Amino acid sequence: MYQAIVFLPLLGAIVAAIISLVGAHARCPSGDTVEHHGDAHGHGTTDAAGVIHASTHEPDEHGDHDDHHAVEPAAVGSRAAELITTGLLFVTAVLSWISFVDVGFLHHDARIALFPWITSGELQVAWSLRIDTLTAVMLVVVTTVSSLVHLYSIGYMDEDPYRPRFFGYLSMFTFAMLMLVTADNLVQLFFGWEGVGLASYLLIGFWYQKPSANAAAIKAFIVNRIGDFGFALGIFAAFMMIGSVDLETIFAGAPGLTGKTITLFAWNVDALTLICLFLFMGAMGKSAQFLLHTWLPDAMEGPTPVSALIHAATMVTAGVFMVARLSPLFELAPTAQTFVMFIGATTAFFAATIGLVQNDIKRIVAYSTCSQLGYMFVAMGAGAYSVGMFHLFTHAFFKALLFLGSGSVIYAMHHEQDIRMMGGLWRKIPFTFAVMCVGTLALTGFPLFAGNFSKDAIIESAYVSHNPAATYAFILTVVSAGLTAFYSWRLIFKTFFGEPHDQEHYEAAHESPLWMLIPLFVLAAGSILSGFPFKELFAGNGVEEFFRDSVKMHPHIIEEMEQIPLAIKSLPFLMMSIGLVISIIFYIQRPYIPEELAEQQPMLYQFLLNKWYFDELYDLIFVRPTKRIGYFLWKYGDGWLIDGFGPDGVSARVLDVTRNVVKIQTGYLYHYAFAMLIGAAGLITWFMFGFGGQ
Amino acid sequence: MTIGLGHYLAVGAILFTLGILGIFLNRKNIIVILMSIELILLAVNVNLVAFSTFLGDIVGQVFALLVLTVAAAEAAIGLAVLVVYFRNRGSIAVEDVNLMKG
Repeated sequence: MYQAIVFLPLLGAIVAAIISLVGAHARCPSGDTVEHHGDAHGHGTTDAAGVIHASTHEPDEHGDHDDHHAVEPAAVGSRAAELITTGLLFVTAVLSWISFVDVGFLHHDARIALFPWITSGELQVAWSLRIDTLTAVMLVVVTTVSSLVHLYSIGYMDEDPYRPRFFGYLSMFTFAMLMLVTADNLVQLFFGWEGVGLASYLLIGFWYQKPSANAAAIKAFIVNRIGDFGFALGIFAAFMMIGSVDLETIFAGAPGLTGKTITLFAWNVDALTLICLFLFMGAMGKSAQFLLHTWLPDAMEGPTPVSALIHAATMVTAGVFMVARLSPLFELAPTAQTFVMFIGATTAFFAATIGLVQNDIKRIVAYSTCSQLGYMFVAMGAGAYSVGMFHLFTHAFFKALLFLGSGSVIYAMHHEQDIRMMGGLWRKIPFTFAVMCVGTLALTGFPLFAGNFSKDAIIESAYVSHNPAATYAFILTVVSAGLTAFYSWRLIFKTFFGEPHDQEHYEAAHESPLWMLIPLFVLAAGSILSGFPFKELFAGNGVEEFFRDSVKMHPHIIEEMEQIPLAIKSLPFLMMSIGLVISIIFYIQRPYIPEELAEQQPMLYQFLLNKWYFDELYDLIFVRPTKRIGYFLWKYGDGWLIDGFGPDGVSARVLDVTRNVVKIQTGYLYHYAFAMLIGAAGLITWFMFGFGGQ
Repeated sequence: MTIGLGHYLAVGAILFTLGILGIFLNRKNIIVILMSIELILLAVNVNLVAFSTFLGDIVGQVFALLVLTVAAAEAAIGLAVLVVYFRNRGSIAVEDVNLMKG
């Protein structure tokens, strides 16, 4: 069954890739450049067709917006590719829920060896599936959201001529993500990790005729590589200290590492701390944490379903999952835990402040994702891994809902993404309005909605944690709860209430097709139902029995969370209410206040609007010096040094020498004669004094 | 004053030097070079004959005759080459004979 869960999406990806390639061949029959083999990972791009597409596609005047006007007929077999991939995903989703019950409640953990991969000396790596509760939770999240996003994309992408490619990428992403969550060793985890990174890159750049999409895709890829570099170093360090990449062996060997050190540049570092920090660097990149977050907002250039699946519900939570998976290591490295908590809390606060002033509907949700990921890391740092997973679980539903709802708004508004251009939409698209409200209630932690249980649990875990960063994290997460409420409701109020700002788009707005409404409904149900029924399992007395060995919780943290005074417990709710009230005042009752505030505090407003100037800062300290170094190395390193002294220099010197040697050949007889004479005289002298002298 | 071996050798050396200088300092005519070569050969002959007489060994004089013969043959061939060269190039000035220039 688990093989089916993992490999059915791969099958779908391959089928979609074949359809895509056949379609490309049909479009461009003379194109010998189109190769006809089904690419195993479904990323066989349709090069020949792409050239045509790029040349016929006029650049759209709304450069920032989702843009896929049909300029050419859809690829042959689009419908088949859609139905096959979506059908297979629904099968895996059903199987995942079965396995969730099987593993979570019936305790049927499994370890399935598929086949060996690398055998080299001490290094033994095998493809194998590790199924425990942690994996089962992730399986449910990934396959459910992925299948719903597949279904939604059938509606959302109906004007795009390259749907087989899109669905191939989506399925390939799902496969890589499933490989990641079922990994039994760090190398397989890394394989899935890179696979989702690749799929993310391809999907962000899906509309590759848009320069901004290409730039965003490259940025996401590069920033993720920085994190992956740390992750790879972490794997190396773990292998160096323990001699294995297998999770079970690492967990068994980890306690023996306490107190050992690694010498790094003549500097002794605690081995476990170093390993955990390196691994966490990978998590920071993938989960868009503070300092490595810059790619996530830009990734919104991709199609909205992609944002929902990859950049909200699944891929970005891979970092959280990884920390939970390696909880036995992190529990032994308190310094690393402090760092995790610090970064998480900082991200939660920082992303929330930026979300306050953004105007692009998807970017607001993106910063909110960033902020919520920070919350999850706070729980990870506190040692309440199951609580972090709880938030991951609920967040996947309501954030996918918010993204897909935004997609529905964008679809209704003909690819307008600026919330200043919207307004009053609730009359036009009431269903979307309703589900967006559900998502927002869940995100802001309104009582009885899913986010309430998980977010409050995280804040409580930060409160009871003995981590040095705990107080800091507690304060920032509580403040962020208020900020979250404010910007989430701001989004709703500006989009759905007030007067329409763009009459033309408003008149033409229409509710989305059924393909898109069904996933919205299911996710809305999930946003309500994923909270209370699971509370005991993730953040209550059922944790011990539900998770068993799959995560190593900080001792007693759950019991301590039970004994928190009511005043502290109600703080998040209080903050949420304050945020909601301010938002109502600002955007419903007195809409002139925000503008006045922005004028009174231009520095702060610009600072937030420009995202704390991180892009500019990175441009200044990384991008431009790198370009300058590159230019220097190109001009001087390669051009002057290597070419100058290497090939070009040697050939020039040879020419110089021959040019001078040639001058000796004057052609005058007496010169030759003279040379002969000197030679003869020299020879004779040598004979007389050399030989004769003996 | 008796004329001894030294005098003969001195004459030979002077002739040899004249021949060498004739080759190098001459910028005009290739025939002069040929004549200079003859002069060098003659200097050698003077030496051979002088040593032959001085040592009482006839072989030196025989060798001198041989050199004379070879010199005659060489002069004949050299002049013939020059004539052909003049017909082809229209000049036998040393400055113009530089076809081997690199």
